[in-house]
Amino acid sequence: MTAVFWIAGILAVAGALGVIVAKTPVHSVISLVVNILALAALYLALHAEFLALIQVIVYAGAIMILFLFVIALLTARKDPIERTEGKLEGQRELGLVTAVGGAVLMIAVAASAGLGRMPANEALPSGFGSAAAFGRELLTTHIFSFELTAFVLLAAVIGVVVLVGRRQL
Amino acid sequence: MLDQYTGVGVFLAVGALFVAVTLLAGKLLRPHNPYPEKLATYECGEIPVGEGQIKFHIRYYIFSLIFVVFDVETVFLYPWAVVFEEMGLFGFVVMMLFIGTLVEGLVYAWKKGALRWV
Amino acid sequence: MEMVLLLLLKSIVWIVVLLSIFAFLMLFERKFLGYFQLRLGPNRTGPWGLLQPVADAVKIIIKEDIIPREADRITYKLAPIASLFVALAAFASIPVGPPIELFGRTIELSIVNPNAGVLLLFATTSLGVYGITLGGWASQSKYSLLGALRSTAQMISYELSLGLSIIGVLILAGSLNLYDIVQAQERVWFVLLNPVGFLIFFISMFAETNRVPFDLPEAETELVSGYSTEYSGMRFGMFMIAEYINMITMSALAALLYLGGWNGPSFLPGIVWFALKVTLFIFIFIWVRATMPRLRYDRLMSFGWKVMLPVALANLVITAAAVSLF
Repeated sequence: MTAVFWIAGILAVAGALGVIVAKTPVHSVISLVVNILALAALYLALHAEFLALIQVIVYAGAIMILFLFVIALLTARKDPIERTEGKLEGQRELGLVTAVGGAVLMIAVAASAGLGRMPANEALPSGFGSAAAFGRELLTTHIFSFELTAFVLLAAVIGVVVLVGRRQL
Repeated sequence: MLDQYTGVGVFLAVGALFVAVTLLAGKLLRPHNPYPEKLATYECGEIPVGEGQIKFHIRYYIFSLIFVVFDVETVFLYPWAVVFEEMGLFGFVVMMLFIGTLVEGLVYAWKKGALRWV
Repeated sequence: MEMVLLLLLKSIVWIVVLLSIFAFLMLFERKFLGYFQLRLGPNRTGPWGLLQPVADAVKIIIKEDIIPREADRITYKLAPIASLFVALAAFASIPVGPPIELFGRTIELSIVNPNAGVLLLFATTSLGVYGITLGGWASQSKYSLLGALRSTAQMISYELSLGLSIIGVLILAGSLNLYDIVQAQERVWFVLLNPVGFLIFFISMFAETNRVPFDLPEAETELVSGYSTEYSGMRFGMFMIAEYINMITMSALAALLYLGGWNGPSFLPGIVWFALKVTLFIFIFIWVRATMPRLRYDRLMSFGWKVMLPVALANLVITAAAVSLF
């Protein structure tokens, strides 16, 4: 269990770094897919079976495909994008400060939440994280947010049609 | 929970072994004789014209955006289908409202011509 | 530890069997296509061409590995491996028969058996697009890129109807576990209870595996060979293996979800029934290839979105209504 946490964790961080370090956009997409798959493994380690699989289906299987399309449409060339020289003044320094600040904050939150004192094998309710448990919760406790989701998705469809406009269709 | 999925990792590791063995065997056995004409992009024997990249129609983008929306819908349907029997008529009505809303979106996109592939 | 050893053993057996099936599947496909077209098919290597797979394997391994100058080398090398791995991962959740008793222990005839087996299958098959898209992009060739984009658009369109068509089965079985789904068909197969769902699944199956009549990604008359145009040798071979494993996975899934899996009259063991059903689907794949012309791309997309998707939704609503009424 711990081994999976470390391997998947390192892969997730490496993937996330790859996204910003890679010079070719498609390589960034590949790194992001690695990151997403590693996150799915982490969810599995946390007994969240349904969430892990949904993570793969929706993020890796649908949204990243969309990203690949955008890249194919805009900058499909394999050569790295040229860096523009117009850097903001003090951008690098400010970025460093923000990153360190964010890291300190996260460690502080984790420490105050009692990392390292986590109960190792607390008994979970049976069926925890399964699709059936998710479905029951969704159709009872979270029924309102569930129906609302339909409208969010509807708005997305309308948004696509409006954004693209009649001329393109 | 995790041990139900360990098998996929083991299976892929064995698969990786197969890939490594065949690629290595190939590396030892196959000829290696590249010359500029051979490494050129294939264009039916002609000298390649322009870049390998072409501009694509925005349709591809529209379809994948709509796909994402309906993929998310499908994902909600799986847990619903599993608990369908115990939820009874209530579950049915709730999901019909959900699907109905999205069908509305599909009809809208259809009528606006977004689903037309010319 | 013992569990890992068992898994390792099973994985090796599975991969060897799967690759042998793949090798002979290629032969049978060529042989049957030959008969369909009143030809003999391969018949020079061994009796009935039975040594053809060996000849093909040797040939593909000793072919020169060409990486075009323009190609993006890392992605170019990664893409076929990704394709193969995704195909293998999808097959990992397919049970090939009922659990058997061996040396006093019960052994499940699948690599993994998660509670959400169907979801795992869909998660892995939804990644199948990557090998093709990345391979086509990395080649930096017009044919490859066109083939890859067509393929992606086609696969995601039919993935929707595929995903919606099986909801009917899930409602009837009340489970995402493939063993439970087969168990639920002990009395009556789901193809009889949900024929429209089966039809949609059946059609989407061809589109998902890029087979005729949906083989536009590699339409040889217009795109040379689509996304795999620039590939040669074993890297091309891996795309081929992935395609055929996907075909086997989809056939097995169709048998599991609709034809009762390994259920059948008891004069044959379950695993034989299952093998027969999968063979039937694979034969249909080949039969269709010999019979059907290729669809035009705009027709394919309209068919997917304007026929398959609405019908799949209607089938889902009607099935749900029927189950909640009776």
